[in-house]
Amino acid sequence: MSGCADPVIRQERGQREVFCGLTGIIWLHRKIQDAFFLVVGSRTCAHLIQSAAGVMIFAEPRFATAIIDERDLAGLSDANDELDRVVGQLLARRPEIKLLFLVGSCPSEVIKLDLSRAAQRLSATHMPQVRVLNYSGSGIETTFTQGEDACLAALVPILPRRTDRSLLVVGSLAEPVEDQLQRLLTSLGVGPVQFFPPRASTDLPGVGPNTQYLLAQPFLADTARALEAKGATRLPAPFPLGIEGTTAWLQAAATAWAVAPAHFAATTAPAIARATAALDRYRSILAGKHVFLFPDSQLEIPLARFLARELGMTLDEVGTPYLHRQHLAEELALLPAGTTLVEGQDVDRQLDRCRAARPDLVVCGLGLANPLEAEGMTTKWSIELLFTPIQGYEQAGDLAELFARPLTRRTLLKV
Amino acid sequence: MQLTLWTYEGPPHIGAMRVATAMKGVHYVLHAPQGDTYADLLFTMIERRQKRPPVTYTTFQARDLGGDTAELFKTSAADAYARFKPDLMLVGASCTAELIQDDPGGLAKALALPCPVVALELPAYQKKENWGAAETFYQIVRATAGTPRPGPRAPGPRVNILGPTALGFRHRDDVTEISRLLTRMGLIINVIAPLDATPADLARLGDADFNVVLYPETAGQAASWLSRNFGQPSTKTVPIGLGATADFLAEVGALSGLDPAPLLAGQPSTMAWYARSVDSNYLTHKRVFVFGDATHAIAAARVAADELGFTVVGLGTYSREFGREIRAAAVRYGIEALISDDYLEIEAAIAASAPELVLGTQMERHIAKRLGVPCAVISAPVHVQDFPARYSPQMGFEGASVLFDTWVHPLMMGLEEHLIGMFRGDFEFSADAAPSHLGHAAATPEPVSAAATTLSWAPDAEKELGKIPFFVRGKARRNTEKYAAEAGVTLVTIETLYEAKAHHGR
Repeated sequence: MSGCADPVIRQERGQREVFCGLTGIIWLHRKIQDAFFLVVGSRTCAHLIQSAAGVMIFAEPRFATAIIDERDLAGLSDANDELDRVVGQLLARRPEIKLLFLVGSCPSEVIKLDLSRAAQRLSATHMPQVRVLNYSGSGIETTFTQGEDACLAALVPILPRRTDRSLLVVGSLAEPVEDQLQRLLTSLGVGPVQFFPPRASTDLPGVGPNTQYLLAQPFLADTARALEAKGATRLPAPFPLGIEGTTAWLQAAATAWAVAPAHFAATTAPAIARATAALDRYRSILAGKHVFLFPDSQLEIPLARFLARELGMTLDEVGTPYLHRQHLAEELALLPAGTTLVEGQDVDRQLDRCRAARPDLVVCGLGLANPLEAEGMTTKWSIELLFTPIQGYEQAGDLAELFARPLTRRTLLKV
Repeated sequence: MQLTLWTYEGPPHIGAMRVATAMKGVHYVLHAPQGDTYADLLFTMIERRQKRPPVTYTTFQARDLGGDTAELFKTSAADAYARFKPDLMLVGASCTAELIQDDPGGLAKALALPCPVVALELPAYQKKENWGAAETFYQIVRATAGTPRPGPRAPGPRVNILGPTALGFRHRDDVTEISRLLTRMGLIINVIAPLDATPADLARLGDADFNVVLYPETAGQAASWLSRNFGQPSTKTVPIGLGATADFLAEVGALSGLDPAPLLAGQPSTMAWYARSVDSNYLTHKRVFVFGDATHAIAAARVAADELGFTVVGLGTYSREFGREIRAAAVRYGIEALISDDYLEIEAAIAASAPELVLGTQMERHIAKRLGVPCAVISAPVHVQDFPARYSPQMGFEGASVLFDTWVHPLMMGLEEHLIGMFRGDFEFSADAAPSHLGHAAATPEPVSAAATTLSWAPDAEKELGKIPFFVRGKARRNTEKYAAEAGVTLVTIETLYEAKAHHGR
């Protein structure tokens, strides 16, 4: 298959039907278990997180919103006093919290409420019990998964210095996936391995000039830059989705650690065999089918690569909210030549193209899925790809199944 | 600044979306940053609407803020008109766009679009969703209803039904039920709005003799304007429950000159008989906590007390605009109304009142689940489950039957309750056995009361308390401790427990 090393990427501007960076809090607040996320924003922000989360699963979630009201708009000094009061109230309620993120929003950015100064001030008050950091998840600066990037980038400056050689895996992963990758890397003889973000803020990974890092997610531009400022170097690789992606991702680490090719092959072979068998089950359903991906999480390009190369699907259009050409270089090289890549969005025009293409499967956000189903198309919610363990060999079959299920369902239903 | 974990209402532009999405031929151009499009999923996922809401968002980003966001708004509005050709356009700003003060109303006017444009001013830092819906509906009515036509009105009696919106709690089924009742009574339904109405339909609002206000939260403001400008009176009773439905029909009778008696004759709802039937005895004085929007909460309390024989131990709303009404209603039940949108405060109030049933919103459903108390949902905020596939109104005679089913089914049936009380030692019951139909979720231990700090329980008394079913154990503990405090007892024994039981009765 010929690669797409010098791809044509169309830019589009218009209405963007995407979440803002605040949405990342939905998984981040479960990932780092002693952290709390306080959005400084409007009622809209609170409503967004609540609605995007879909259900209220938790008694007291580890996130909340400090809702700005008209008095806060009258004077910024008062807004800062109010913020201090709200943080005091929150920490009194939740004494187990060790790390507090003040999360900026569109309104807090527009009124220029300086949350980095607020975080310094509040850290001075509440350290050593609670460290206070800040980042922006605002829609004017971040799209969906860029919220995680901003959060992790805010954590990098407080990572301890480490001088020995180590591998850092960067980007939130499901815990079973982390454990699997850890086992594989250890068997290969790569390590010590650390994961970022950690499961607890008291267990921050160390970083230094001998740290090499692998991105586990494609949306971590700022985090990567911050890690490099601390001396870490990136191991370029595709992302660990599907067999091919996972193998190439592990290979990048194995090469850096000079793992013998035979040892690499022997170590990965059993998992590859299992994943191959798992994928075979879904290839008959997906091969030859056309898929259209709307922009959502920046996972679209690695997913498109997996769907095209491992499941034989045809890519009608691959949208992405933002494309980091350097981090995605290995992925782009693997895409079929001539793939239509669109960065940005004008949702009405994109819907026109989607209707004209009549794909067998549309990967899109929750706002578009039911209307497209009602028009007779088959859809896959893209947000599920963030909330499901999909990386690594053992999840390759699960990932394929996520795309096969809507098509299978179509054939099952007689209504 | 207010610390908020969960919100009962969205911002006011969500209210405007509920009106725009309910109507036909309306398009809303919303000046809003990237991310505010999340609101679409409320309609496409929770309500399972088959079309995207008719909303164009400008979705500006940081780079636009340095440039010309006003120009972006104009382009978006012009493109939206060209693509959707609405009969009426709404323009406005979400919270962030309000801060950048681009004046969507003025910008849209400058575009001179070939359709009426209603500019919405919805102060996002003061107001909330229901207010936004009411204001939007009122502004659309003002813009389209025109002036009273001279000459006699269309043949009647005719009535408008006002208030149902998109994403409303059972609005579609309520409209069907009430329309049927009014038609059977002999009324002509003139316009139903905003649900499924076009701007042209609203131009005919003045043809009606009076208005039926189903949801004062969304239609109160428009109805009072119609009353002032068209001399149309409106109904005050919301027909939820048998008593309220009868009162409502009497009101309609007085306004229309038609006789509601034939509709009320006989057995109009199964609910009345079911409530009187002997197995409903076990519903007597069940302690119920009611929370929701003011309309649904006040109506539910009346049904609970008068039509099911429950004891209302809590009544509250998140709608501060209706504080006076809910306080007045609470007086009837000898309790103080809870007016709050602080989720944690409401949870604490529910736990403290030790109810046997919670009638609330999706929020209270979660609270009740944690407390191990059965719950039925009576009001927005809604969840996907609140849009059942079956016909399931809350209003009118059929609505009353729906209330009976949905409120009574979560409760433990009479005999099961007795058996658990008699045979606490049964290994399958266990100390915290929940009713079988609620699954085997363990109940949360009851909160330790303040009195417990000065009192102590003898071990055998504590053990005896454990034999009382969990759903009344909290009440038994409180009653005993109250009795002990009054009697000056500091150590609660088995004797104290039974003395307290005799003292308080059941």
